[in-house]
Amino acid sequence: MELPGSQSLPIKKSKVTVSKKIAPYLFILPSLLMIGIFLFYPMGTVFYYSFQNYDISAPFYNSFAGFDNFVKIFTDDTLFWPSLLNTVKWIISQVGLQLVFGLIIAILLNQTFKLRGFVRALAFIPWAISGVLTSVMWSLMYNEHMGVFNDLLLKIGIIDEPQAFLASTSSAFTAVVIAELWRGIPFFAITLLASLQSIPVDLYEAARVDGAGRIKTLFYVILPQLKRTIVLTTLLRTVWEFNNVDLLFNLTGGGPANTTTTYAMYIANTAVHGSNFGYGSALTVIAFLILTIFAAVYLKISKFEEE
Amino acid sequence: MPTAKKRVDKVLTFYIPITLALMWTLFPIYWTINTAFKPEGDIIKKSVDYLPVNPTLDNFRMAWDNIGFADYFKNSLTIAIFTVIIVLIISILAGYALARYDFKGKRVYMLMLLMTQFIPRSMLIIPLFIIFNKLGLISNPLSLILIYSTVEIPFCSVLMSGFISGIPRELEEAAAIDGCSKMQALRQVVFPLLLPGIVATGVFTFIYAWNEFLLALMLTNVQARFTLPVGLSFMMGEFNVNYGALAAGSVIALIPAIILFAVAQKHLVNGMGGAVKG
Repeated sequence: MELPGSQSLPIKKSKVTVSKKIAPYLFILPSLLMIGIFLFYPMGTVFYYSFQNYDISAPFYNSFAGFDNFVKIFTDDTLFWPSLLNTVKWIISQVGLQLVFGLIIAILLNQTFKLRGFVRALAFIPWAISGVLTSVMWSLMYNEHMGVFNDLLLKIGIIDEPQAFLASTSSAFTAVVIAELWRGIPFFAITLLASLQSIPVDLYEAARVDGAGRIKTLFYVILPQLKRTIVLTTLLRTVWEFNNVDLLFNLTGGGPANTTTTYAMYIANTAVHGSNFGYGSALTVIAFLILTIFAAVYLKISKFEEE
Repeated sequence: MPTAKKRVDKVLTFYIPITLALMWTLFPIYWTINTAFKPEGDIIKKSVDYLPVNPTLDNFRMAWDNIGFADYFKNSLTIAIFTVIIVLIISILAGYALARYDFKGKRVYMLMLLMTQFIPRSMLIIPLFIIFNKLGLISNPLSLILIYSTVEIPFCSVLMSGFISGIPRELEEAAAIDGCSKMQALRQVVFPLLLPGIVATGVFTFIYAWNEFLLALMLTNVQARFTLPVGLSFMMGEFNVNYGALAAGSVIALIPAIILFAVAQKHLVNGMGGAVKG
């Protein structure tokens, strides 16, 4: 019989190394469980349901549908292509304009001036405000009877009678785009400002010595330095704006005449008001494929990996 | 350049644009607050008042007592607080693993965290409804707490790992030599230094949970369980909208978000900028 003491040391040592090896896995385990159960599992079920007839209000008729849902989407769905087109318009106007105005504001806020910290905080406030709250604010301003825009435009004489901006097919989309810009610009301003701060002062100095003006400095010094941030933020924003329906849902509900029904809005309306979840799931699977392909192509074109 | 010309230049390229930017940012907020304090009769009348005339608290009383904003506020607060607690615990653990250990599968794990950012949020509403409906958790705050936590964990873990990397490893080791156990070292040395990061991550998560709309709409069908965004949206959709109370409800929803943002905006900007820069 061996003495207990003779073995205790090596055992203890190996215990320490084992626990050190296991420790990181124990630390990431809770996050893996949550993400697995509430993100990846639901995602998986969407693929499953997309091949089913799944109606929550009439469960007796639930059955395997094969590719029926997908065939119907591509051949028989009058909203599919128009809603995709609206999504393209929505993303280009949002991401493009948010980037331009966000960059302008970031450059302004990067200069030295009195009360800079306070002004920065004020300029970033909309980032903390919800889509629904933004909708309420802008609906108060767009309102036909009490809105400030109608009042101002009438006073200046641009319009002769009050307009229902959100109910007219010619102005609804633009009106929602403007409201969403209000909320979206600060995100770009924040991330671009953080990058601007990391540009060495020497670079500006060198450009100035070389006689570069403001525009040249912007294109030859600032933008190349910001490229990485711009590629990543525009990509994240594109995915975000693809999915973002808060303002569309609350300001127009996708109307009038579906002129503000983007693809995500179409899915949301199917999910909230309809009951055919099989069909909604098929629409969702297509959204996922579009976004995955887009992200891969975008990163490839922008040569993101090489830097 | 002569100073006069320089000054004109500065006004044109700096003061005018920054003033316009601030007006554009602040006017909608001002307009909502202004409307919230207007007496009912003044809101819909021919002339629009740009400055407060006869301010009143009637709209706030109406929104809080009669429309249900007391419930909405309580629901939103409960959900946001529990979400923050869960996210902080889990993302500190994951962030610690990322910042302090090299382990097999670390790259795959990081890639997975990044991939979650590309999952369309609109993709989740149908399957989550089906799942929580089966579990009998529709209109139960637990469902939103779990979902919100999960959505925020990937980004917050990366954010946390950045903050933890910023704390010198030597400090932990020195504490261990001084006879602290691992847990003591973490609690007494790492935790206080991590506090700014914890505040930033907590505020970031709170604001998300406080503001989220679509999942809350999908997973709640009892008015007493509405969160603030769902309650506001419900009110906007009614046939006769009470604009004064709607504006008052908005101000109620606005205040906590703005206060928290003001407290943490500096850390938040640094953290967010850092995370995007990678």
